[in-house]
Amino acid sequence: MPDATRRERLLRVLKTVTTQPLPADDEESLFESGLLDSFALPDLVSALEKEFSIKVPDRDLNPRKFDSIARIDTYLQDRAS
Amino acid sequence: MRAFLHGFGMHVPERVVTNAEIGARVDRTPEKIEGASGIRERRWAVAETSVADLALAAAQDCLTRTGVAASALGLIIVASGSARPGFPGPAAEVAVRLGLESTPAFDLPMASAGSLFGMAMAAQMAAHFGDVLVIGAEKMSAVIEAGALDPNTAILFGDGAGAVLISARSGPWEILDSVLHSDGQYRDALTFDWSAPLRMDGLSVILQAARKLPSSIEELLTRQKVAAADVAQFLLHQANQNLLVRVAKSLGVPAERVYSNVARYGNTSSASMLIAAAEWSQTNPATGPIVFSAFGAGFHWGALLARSV
Repeated sequence: MPDATRRERLLRVLKTVTTQPLPADDEESLFESGLLDSFALPDLVSALEKEFSIKVPDRDLNPRKFDSIARIDTYLQDRAS
Repeated sequence: MRAFLHGFGMHVPERVVTNAEIGARVDRTPEKIEGASGIRERRWAVAETSVADLALAAAQDCLTRTGVAASALGLIIVASGSARPGFPGPAAEVAVRLGLESTPAFDLPMASAGSLFGMAMAAQMAAHFGDVLVIGAEKMSAVIEAGALDPNTAILFGDGAGAVLISARSGPWEILDSVLHSDGQYRDALTFDWSAPLRMDGLSVILQAARKLPSSIEELLTRQKVAAADVAQFLLHQANQNLLVRVAKSLGVPAERVYSNVARYGNTSSASMLIAAAEWSQTNPATGPIVFSAFGAGFHWGALLARSV
């Protein structure tokens, strides 16, 4: 179930690693839209770890897990459960 | 069992390939190439030059700088991810061209992290073999020209070789410790086999490298109770300036503490870390701990700590 607070925090984190406007569609690829590139992705993962007080293990360092707002939110939800 | 770094050597081809030249071939502006990588130019060898030629030149430079005769070597290790496939690899040729007819020499067919793995192995083997010459040599221009130029990778690579002499005899820097890691689950993220162009999943490679380089360095420094802030110089695989800056940030050290020459040579794969060390050792008399670290296809990665004696 979507968590409004978690999503708001996620969007806030995304805005710290990109200067581009966030997509209206949560399913839109952040990579294909050019919002995230290969160097912004490590920054995003580090920022998520800090904001949500989690440690993303090496086995989860798959770009596909962070390809859209929806996928990141799902990952954060899984980590919280 | 102690091991020491006695000195470094390097060789890069004369021909400079600017961003303007390579950019014109892949429809990229020089500014865009530099912005994405920090690279302004790289060196490319002529067609006739082999990986063994580059390795030999770096070996001779290292032996000259350290004042060691080739005949005193007990073992030669040549790391390369761009040597032609098949056998024998370049190590045997390098040895015989140094005048050695029975000294053991072997190849490490590893891109990028090869020279680091070679150094860590040499530190363990020096007590038995004596002076060990570790060489990283790459002709990456042949790799990127093996097929149609890929704009995302053709801009990155250069040719060159670096070398280091490691011995059980006391020298300027003592090797204190090293950590090595491999994780084959990402082996498809960066591949090349001469039958198709080099393939790189840049998102995965950069994400992994940006995490694993600092984590291996921190693992090593924690084990040796050395603070990152106390390290005099970090000598890393020169993959991309943006990556080097991120590693410095992750370690909490100023960016200039991570040596960089990627702007002038591009990514020379397994040669880059030793080319960086060869330049650094000639221009920076700084004393204190130094850290080597590399990450490459496989994935293979790790770090090595040494301290000035």
